[in-house]
Amino acid sequence: MLKMMLQLIAGRVSSLVARRATLALTTSSARMASHAPDPEVTEAVDMSRPMYWDRLDTPLPDKLYKDELSAAEKSLKEKEKGPWSQLTNEEKIALYRLSFHQTYAEMNQPKSEWKTVVGGIFFFVGFTALVVWWQRVYVYPPRPRTFDDEWQAKQLQRMLDMRINPIEGFSSKWDYEKGQWK
Amino acid sequence: MRNIAPVYHCGAMFRAVFRLSATGARSLARSRACYTAPLASRCYSHGKVESDEEFDARWVTYFSKPDIDAWELKKGMNTLIGYDLVPEAKILDSALRACRRLNDLASAIRILEAVKDKAGPHKDIYPYLIQELKPTLSELGISTPEELGIDKL
Repeated sequence: MLKMMLQLIAGRVSSLVARRATLALTTSSARMASHAPDPEVTEAVDMSRPMYWDRLDTPLPDKLYKDELSAAEKSLKEKEKGPWSQLTNEEKIALYRLSFHQTYAEMNQPKSEWKTVVGGIFFFVGFTALVVWWQRVYVYPPRPRTFDDEWQAKQLQRMLDMRINPIEGFSSKWDYEKGQWK
Repeated sequence: MRNIAPVYHCGAMFRAVFRLSATGARSLARSRACYTAPLASRCYSHGKVESDEEFDARWVTYFSKPDIDAWELKKGMNTLIGYDLVPEAKILDSALRACRRLNDLASAIRILEAVKDKAGPHKDIYPYLIQELKPTLSELGISTPEELGIDKL
């Protein structure tokens, strides 16, 4: 559903860019919109009309998959009005495919889309790491001298001399007689 | 064969889970928002609770409408599949007959597929339903998805 929305938005954008008049919705373009993403071909789909989609929780979508039937298909539809036991298996499958695009088995089949998603995540995280590294080199100011080891040592000595937190905290951990940490 | 194990969520109507009593210990663990007693206490303050039989009867009646139209069939099936249960055989029987009245074999096969998918990990529900529906399927000439080979890719 979300995928179809994105395709439709892409379709609208592409039609705006191309500045071509939106053609009257044909069933084949509606089918293409729900079939495979093809940005050059997808036209804006009229979402105010009943649409077809394959969903596990919607067994019977708002409209049939194929609207325009050939003569052979129309005669098959006529035959469908009679006893169904007279239909061959191929005819039954053909009738199914007229009304529906994917079977439940096809809807349920595992896809590799997650690999693309995870790969994309890693790619963009990696790109971000490059950006961060560049910032570290070209944007950050010089390292403050207060981080130098010598400064830190003097700072620590000063804290001890000031008796910072002598009861429970910092200086309480220092043994002033022996001149070492407790 | 249907065990009545009502599970109710406050404010919403979850329905009984379809269980095969023959398989005894197997049951779905459901998170219960409120303590369920067999009859007395309910979570919502008002509103009559519909029994399983009433639910089934209502849906059988819905699909039994002689002049049911395609939209009503679609709406009914989509709503029914939306519920947290696998429909009873008699509801499906009524729905398949509605498909026959509408001369819609494709929808009949689709309904069988949907029901199989609805059973999820409970692989024994669908064969049971097919067994129950066998007379209707032969009478109407509906092939199961397995017979047509569309249950495989």
